[in-house]
Amino acid sequence: MKEILDKIQAKYNLQDIAIQDNDQAYVTVGKDLAIDMVTYMRDYEGFSHFVMMSCVDWIEDDKLQLLYLLNSPEKKCNIGIKVFIERNKPTMQTAHHLWKQIWTYQRELREAFGIDFPGSPRVEENFVLEGWTDMPHMLRDFDTNKYAEETYFPREGRKTYDPATYMREKLYPKQPVTAKKNKDDE
Amino acid sequence: MSKLFNLKPDRSKYPSMGADGKLDIDLTSQKYVKMWLGPNHPGVTGNMAVELTLAGDEIVEAKTHVGYLHRGFEKLIERRLFVQGFPTSIRMCVAEPDTNEYLIARSTEVLSGYDKDVPEMAQWLRALSLEMARLQGLLRGVPGQAGTFSLGIGVQWGVYLRDLILDRFEELTGARVYHMYIIPGGVRGLLPDGFKKRMEENLKEIDDFIIRIRQLMFHNSIFKKRSVGIGVIPKEWVDQYGIVGTNARASGVKRDVRKDNPYLIYDQLDFDPPTATEGDIYARSWVRWQELIQTVDLIRQIMAKMPEKGDIRATNMPNVLHWRIPKGETYTKLESGRGEYGMYYVTDGSSKPRRVNLRGPSYTHAIALLEKMLVNTNVADVHATMVSLQTCPPEIER
Repeated sequence: MKEILDKIQAKYNLQDIAIQDNDQAYVTVGKDLAIDMVTYMRDYEGFSHFVMMSCVDWIEDDKLQLLYLLNSPEKKCNIGIKVFIERNKPTMQTAHHLWKQIWTYQRELREAFGIDFPGSPRVEENFVLEGWTDMPHMLRDFDTNKYAEETYFPREGRKTYDPATYMREKLYPKQPVTAKKNKDDE
Repeated sequence: MSKLFNLKPDRSKYPSMGADGKLDIDLTSQKYVKMWLGPNHPGVTGNMAVELTLAGDEIVEAKTHVGYLHRGFEKLIERRLFVQGFPTSIRMCVAEPDTNEYLIARSTEVLSGYDKDVPEMAQWLRALSLEMARLQGLLRGVPGQAGTFSLGIGVQWGVYLRDLILDRFEELTGARVYHMYIIPGGVRGLLPDGFKKRMEENLKEIDDFIIRIRQLMFHNSIFKKRSVGIGVIPKEWVDQYGIVGTNARASGVKRDVRKDNPYLIYDQLDFDPPTATEGDIYARSWVRWQELIQTVDLIRQIMAKMPEKGDIRATNMPNVLHWRIPKGETYTKLESGRGEYGMYYVTDGSSKPRRVNLRGPSYTHAIALLEKMLVNTNVADVHATMVSLQTCPPEIER
């Protein structure tokens, strides 16, 4: 793993190189060079298996961190290529032409983090949230508690019934309320 | 095979493709029909929806729609203490919940520097728990394929035997489906007295089932006619689509995390992942059936080789309620019954994870791959194709 990184360090001006257990490495690369490097790793270094694409919200730095995680089946190691992009109106070059499943990740990242990938197929379609109009839900400043309280509690027309009383009234509407309770009701 | 099946149908009736890559489908022409498969829940195929465009009974376009099971697990874990993430994480995949336990435990151990402190006994017990999870998944998955061709008796056999494995889980962990057995630093308990004997009795019943299900599926003309040459994954698609696990091995690509990047005690076990070359539904079923035999053998090997006694948890672990993990990131993976199952875990020095992102095999298998595979197949083969890919929608939506 170290030999590969040494070879490409100058070419892509790699920063923050971290190697774990000799089979996993993370590097940071500039936004303009990221897709070029991903392509190079696939075509020339044997990282042919695209594992996943992910995003981390570093809200305190006003940055979003994109991760392209690649695997080399022959060398049996992973490399995570990290890119930091602006948090305000984030946009990134699409990589859907490199692997067939990448458009799915980009579609999810657009919905979950608001990152635009111009030219990526079906990127504007909903992924898991149908008709979502709020802010991207995976950003750190999306308040899940506030959203749940506003959306679900209290909901108009919602009423809580005591199950035993409700069923008794439904099944025996003519029976006086003062009727003797069943043992199970107590 | 070409004598049995016509694999060269007339393609002239299929829609042309525009410059923007979209198919020229005019629903008002009455040549095409839209049909939604799901979302309802009759099993694997119903947790998500597939929007099909049909010409006659042949599929010309397929789109996967997910979101019906989204419960925001990743977001929930990011708002909880590390140890509180366990009850949430295991629900991300019902088929093999134990895989999530291991990934989150291993990730926290690696990032906090306790990964070398997990005792050997705990490593064996973790492997046993993961193989038992694989076995109960295969007992549902292997006959489940027969179920898609209305061979329902196999499913009933499998459900009975799966319940026996859940019995063993219950005595080992106290729970049947969601176990929370693998915890940071080790596992929660040793094997109960007589566990190995009872497990061996169950495995003997499964040995018998393995022979019976072979007769039911692979010596069956209906099964063969519905699975040979259907849902083919060419070998070159494996890297293009990120295909892993049985689906890759059935297309001739031998990849298994347990062999390629051995974890726990798998380097001490004797096994060779089965493969096939045809890449169709039959090949995937056949490889999965062989994996059933192999999993039974692995459980026997683990029970024979594991130490009788030993520590089950690192003794230097901090109080989990006041646990802070330094800033870092890692990707942990294992070989689940459906293939490479991984988790990208990021910490920031606080008492909660900054980011938890699950990588389930179904993320690619059920969307990009399935949409491609279904085109030009018969509508009757959709369920069989989906089940043969072992799609698990919860791990897509997390």
